[in-house]
Amino acid sequence: MSAYKIIDHEYDVVVLGAGGSGLRAAVGLSEAGLKTACVSKVFPTRSHTSAAQGGISAALGNMGEDDWRWHMYDTVKGADWLGDQDSIEYLCKEAPAAVLELEKYGVPFSRTDDGKIYQRPFGGMTKNYGNETVQRTCAAADRTGHAILHTLYGQALKHNTEFFIEYFALDLIMKDGACKGIIAWNLNDGTIHRFKSHTTIIATGGYGKVYYSATSAHTCTGDGNAMALRAGLPLQDMEFVQFHPTGIYGHGTLISEGVRGEGGYLVNSKGERFMERYAPKAKDLASRDVVSRSIAVEINEGRGIGKEQDHVHLHIDHLDPKVIDERLPGISEASKLFANVDVTKEPIPVVPTVHYNMGGIPTNYKAEVLTLNGSEKTVPGLMAIGEAACVSVHGANRLGSNSLIDLVVFGRAAAKRAAELVKPGMKHEEIDKNETDRCLDRFDKLRNSEGSNPTSELRLSMQKTMQSKCAVFRTEKTLKEGVDEIRRPYDGMDSLSVKDKSLIFNTDLVETLEFDNLIRQAITTMDSAYHRKESRGAHAREDFPKRDDENYMQHTLSWCNGSKTKINYRPVHRSTLTNDVQYFPPQERVY
Amino acid sequence: MVQLNLPANSKVEKGQYYKDKTGSKNIRKVNVYRWDPSTNENPRLDTYEVDMDNCSSKVLDVLNKIKNEIDPSIAYRRSCAHGVCGSCAMNMNGKNGLACTKSHSELNGDIDIYPLPHLKVLKDLIGDLSTLYKQYESVEPWLKTSKVNDKENFQSKDDRAKLDGLYECIMCACCSTSCPSYWWNGEKYLGPAVLLQAYRWIIDSRDEDRKERLKKVADELKLYRCHTILNCTNACPKGLNPAKAIAEIKKMLATA
Repeated sequence: MSAYKIIDHEYDVVVLGAGGSGLRAAVGLSEAGLKTACVSKVFPTRSHTSAAQGGISAALGNMGEDDWRWHMYDTVKGADWLGDQDSIEYLCKEAPAAVLELEKYGVPFSRTDDGKIYQRPFGGMTKNYGNETVQRTCAAADRTGHAILHTLYGQALKHNTEFFIEYFALDLIMKDGACKGIIAWNLNDGTIHRFKSHTTIIATGGYGKVYYSATSAHTCTGDGNAMALRAGLPLQDMEFVQFHPTGIYGHGTLISEGVRGEGGYLVNSKGERFMERYAPKAKDLASRDVVSRSIAVEINEGRGIGKEQDHVHLHIDHLDPKVIDERLPGISEASKLFANVDVTKEPIPVVPTVHYNMGGIPTNYKAEVLTLNGSEKTVPGLMAIGEAACVSVHGANRLGSNSLIDLVVFGRAAAKRAAELVKPGMKHEEIDKNETDRCLDRFDKLRNSEGSNPTSELRLSMQKTMQSKCAVFRTEKTLKEGVDEIRRPYDGMDSLSVKDKSLIFNTDLVETLEFDNLIRQAITTMDSAYHRKESRGAHAREDFPKRDDENYMQHTLSWCNGSKTKINYRPVHRSTLTNDVQYFPPQERVY
Repeated sequence: MVQLNLPANSKVEKGQYYKDKTGSKNIRKVNVYRWDPSTNENPRLDTYEVDMDNCSSKVLDVLNKIKNEIDPSIAYRRSCAHGVCGSCAMNMNGKNGLACTKSHSELNGDIDIYPLPHLKVLKDLIGDLSTLYKQYESVEPWLKTSKVNDKENFQSKDDRAKLDGLYECIMCACCSTSCPSYWWNGEKYLGPAVLLQAYRWIIDSRDEDRKERLKKVADELKLYRCHTILNCTNACPKGLNPAKAIAEIKKMLATA
């Protein structure tokens, strides 16, 4: 592969991805005096963190009494007991400091009358271990992710982080089971770059684009997850895909849970506020998996709205227009643009839409990547954070506003841990030429594909299969069919067609590389779902409607080589990090 | 005698014509600016016949349809598809906007799609925004405060409200690349996007560096190249008003 011009770099740490978690890590690393490169396929403020709306959870107690232990309980319960409670303790305990730090960085949070950070109610967030609703979700109107992302980019600039923008990462460089850096393709000039690093932090986000209808951006292709798979590492809990209850019908644009937090409610074709039946206490503010399933049941039983009876309505027209204007301006704009609805007068047509991946690269609470080698073991030189990682704090179902806090808490944790492991200016090892060749062989082969299947067709086939066979409700039959069907687009790559052969902003090739990444995650998701024969959180099996704690208090690990997967399990951590809080044993999960 | 010539490769030539293959009765012609840096060819305008019966409502949907079904080589940036990431800023029928929020039904006749004006083109619809990003960096977009305690900075609702209409900026560059002053002096004039960002920090009640920030932008070229043409405000896809932000900075300087 000598045909490609390769430019070498040496950094103490490389952060891959420049969304909320990647930027927070980069800031911490730069502060620690480590020579840090932040590599991203898009300009940082284009990252999908910008789309987060409702807020960031932390038990600040600005709007009434709160306690991080209550937050922890809610998160454990929201996760349907699949989360690792040591990590969840860390998340919830560190959350208040992390939010105050963001405020100090300059995030324009909405304010209370006495000038403190405004907090709103959110699904599953309660007082006193599951009692009444608490206001825990810190908000910058309904543009919290945007505000945080732009602020963190500013902080990274302040700390002189070195950015490599519009570089598409191809593969990890591995040596004897340790990560030694990454190889990336510079879209701006077509050159190949090899980054040597003592620690590589994957912060590449989720892979929502394996589905046809998702709130995810076009760029949410889980590139880091696929790089881990190609490096022979497993992904964890991939079957847990969150459907957000309220994506705009027909378009998929997210309508924040904050809408229901501020008093919005769902109705079916009979005008019933049906959530009262499914979650008598929490109603419209039950966990997302619960609300999504309830909507799906309403639609399946013929109480959907519209000609096809295939969606429900979300009302906020009863709210004071001033409240909408101050706290939900983005929602009004999106509803107008994508549903042609004036939210002060009409309901918004909504349907459960793929939104978040609880699964990802397994890590401990220090963000170090785990693999199974007999028992749990860390992968030297490799960390993962944000939606790409599976810490696992979200377990089988993430609570709304727990993702933004995950980004900053574990972004910071990763920087701290890297600073313990890496000393500035440590010497780099030689990298085996084979690693580079293996990576560039794949790149070159895809680039020169002369077959008959356009990437867009294979991608569509993958997305339709995921949408129909691995949706809100799953059965042995649909999953079995899915396991077979999802391999067809993979096999279709044998006769792939890539028209553009150039190297500068070849977006035909970018989409092909992204598809190659997506399809591996689609396969692991489908296979993991097939093998989990119980219902837990977002994974709802009609044929196994109960949670099975005896057999499945375990994280699924799936390896993927080509289209072949290997499934194994590791036990959920059943202890807390410290004695500040007691382990919450599994209970029945009702809202 | 001054020679007035266009720079090499700037003449846009007639490109390829992609005829509809679906047999649709509802065809719309979409003309797209194409330029490939790896060839020595001039830019060209390719025309695609698009079946509008099977196309969603936004211009980005049209582009995606072309890329997925007709010509995968066409290059443009896109990500969130609902107007928050700012990737798909481009010029559509003569006006800058986000392809993902612009309805094609609002455009008359053929759809003409060009990169944002007056940027160096990297490929097809992808413009080089590196100068704008450097200018953004130059306004030091971070909070400067000497307070070190473990509580948040307090900010009244009224003071927070002053950030509305500013912090929402997604840096899509629609405004700056619609501004004639920025076209001619883009290297030195900060332009509406960056000045709006500068004002966002100047007016933040938590920031302690207001005086210095004002001093920094109070420059003949950086600030006063704004001649209140108001193209910026007209172009902003988020409904923000960069011209007003610039006017506020000028006012603060005049009354300081």
